[in-house]
Amino acid sequence: MGYTVIEKIIRNNIGKDVKAGEIVTVNVDRVMIHDIFIPFVASKFEEMGFTKLWDPDKVVLIYDHLVPASQVDDTRHFKVGNEFAAKYGMKNVHRSDGICHQLMTEAGYVKPGNIVFGTDSHTTTYGCVGAFSSGIGYTEMASILGTGTMWVKVPETIRVEINGTLPDNVMAKDIILKLIGDLGADGATYKALEFTGDTVANMSVASRMSMSNMAIEAGAKCAVFTPDEKTAEYCEVTLTDKEKDLVGDADAVYCRTITYQAEEFVPVCACPSNVDNVRPVSELEGTEIDQVFIGSCTNGRLEDLMAAAEVLKGKKVAPFVKLIVTPASRKIYTQALENGTMKILADAGAMITHPSCGLCCGRTGGILTDGEKVVATNNRNFLGRMGSSKVGIYLASPKTAAACAVAGKIVSA
Amino acid sequence: MEQFTGKVWVLGDDIDTDIIIPTEYLALKTVDDMKPYAFSPLRPELAGQIKEGDIIVAGKNFGCGSSREQAPEIIKALGIKCVIAKSFARIFFRNSINNGLLLIEQDALHDHVTEGEEISVTVGKEVVANGTSYAISALPQNLLDIINAGGLVKAMRKLNGLD
Repeated sequence: MGYTVIEKIIRNNIGKDVKAGEIVTVNVDRVMIHDIFIPFVASKFEEMGFTKLWDPDKVVLIYDHLVPASQVDDTRHFKVGNEFAAKYGMKNVHRSDGICHQLMTEAGYVKPGNIVFGTDSHTTTYGCVGAFSSGIGYTEMASILGTGTMWVKVPETIRVEINGTLPDNVMAKDIILKLIGDLGADGATYKALEFTGDTVANMSVASRMSMSNMAIEAGAKCAVFTPDEKTAEYCEVTLTDKEKDLVGDADAVYCRTITYQAEEFVPVCACPSNVDNVRPVSELEGTEIDQVFIGSCTNGRLEDLMAAAEVLKGKKVAPFVKLIVTPASRKIYTQALENGTMKILADAGAMITHPSCGLCCGRTGGILTDGEKVVATNNRNFLGRMGSSKVGIYLASPKTAAACAVAGKIVSA
Repeated sequence: MEQFTGKVWVLGDDIDTDIIIPTEYLALKTVDDMKPYAFSPLRPELAGQIKEGDIIVAGKNFGCGSSREQAPEIIKALGIKCVIAKSFARIFFRNSINNGLLLIEQDALHDHVTEGEEISVTVGKEVVANGTSYAISALPQNLLDIINAGGLVKAMRKLNGLD
């Protein structure tokens, strides 16, 4: 009997065969803590009686939700974080470099085959490079900081196979939204998603990242792509035989297999206020909007900004629409400056903000009010996510979002 | 076997963590500071109405969304004895166990219970509502171990020889 990718990652980690359903204790390769939860992690860690980190180099602290501070209370999180890092000898601290999920792979903290936990639900993102990664709370994070271990139930896997060539106006975001719509918001709860097929093989790591990022929106524990040459180049590693073997075996046991033909995808939106409320853009055409947001750990990468710029080049944002663009990291920001993307976006009328979580978590940079509608490229459209609880949030791809900004209403790119 | 009764608040499917506690309140200093805003995007008056010992009955996927552990902590701080839902999101489930908030999965109860009704719960066995018994199952041993230790913090204190 064969193994799924996640079974292989866990098997390699603990050095013995595992099957879905078993409860095992894994050795953690890396953890990520962000600014919102560091005060809670720090106090739980000390309350538990630990006096040192299991391995300070394996702990990464990233300030992203609260930078730059928009409320006086926010600054307390930086103070606590800085003190914790100094006290326990942590070197990996990012205070203004970008969003945690972008930085973890971009800065080389996560490699193929790793097991990684983070205090953020979108930690599923690192499956884009063939890692098993998942979100946890601050109490569990505190226990990992002390022990370097974590119990997990080996998840069952849903295999998602996609073959063919995507239409020009369709992006990886449309695929993952369609999948979440088909699975439902709890369709993959406790399970792993394993992506395969030639469409996925031909995708950039950045596009894979948009998909693994949103796996949690179907309830998934993790999502994983087989590491390949693109992964190796992105992670600046040479793949070992064990890493090359992170492929789902033909005789592995899957709880479900879903197959898509790429040519059949169309641009879609997740409509207010559930991520699984997915409809084709064609059914929503003409819906008037007040704002567009292009950014976040889902879609704030260079290829996303360039896709938006391609649509916006030589055009102007509709006069009553505010277009907010937030690159996912400083590296992406400078790349987009250097290749001219930022100028195209600015000339079209975009407000370009510092790299951070910003509007995606509703804390800063474009909060909306009752009755307003926004087309946004991030990952959640929950009630009250971007301001008042009467804001309509439509999640879409960067191409769709850019086209909507010009039209002032929902349209196809 | 632990047994208790409580008044029911009924919520729907997919009650996400942004509804349980919106991000804008997460930088408040304590869970007690945050708790008046619990469920505010959906039912702003609810946090003020919940009394010690009440029970939340919800639909599927309760606690979906972010990893914020304040979500179960606030529900516990409001005095909620347990949450009974058709299903729970996984991070919320782990966070609740680690903080000693009792969660019970029950598929049928939600469709037959009315807000304000009194129900009785026998942990690991059944929920009785309006004279009807709804079976519930026991938790796996490794989770019971954490709960029996008094939550994950206490389990770790024991590991470190403190208690």
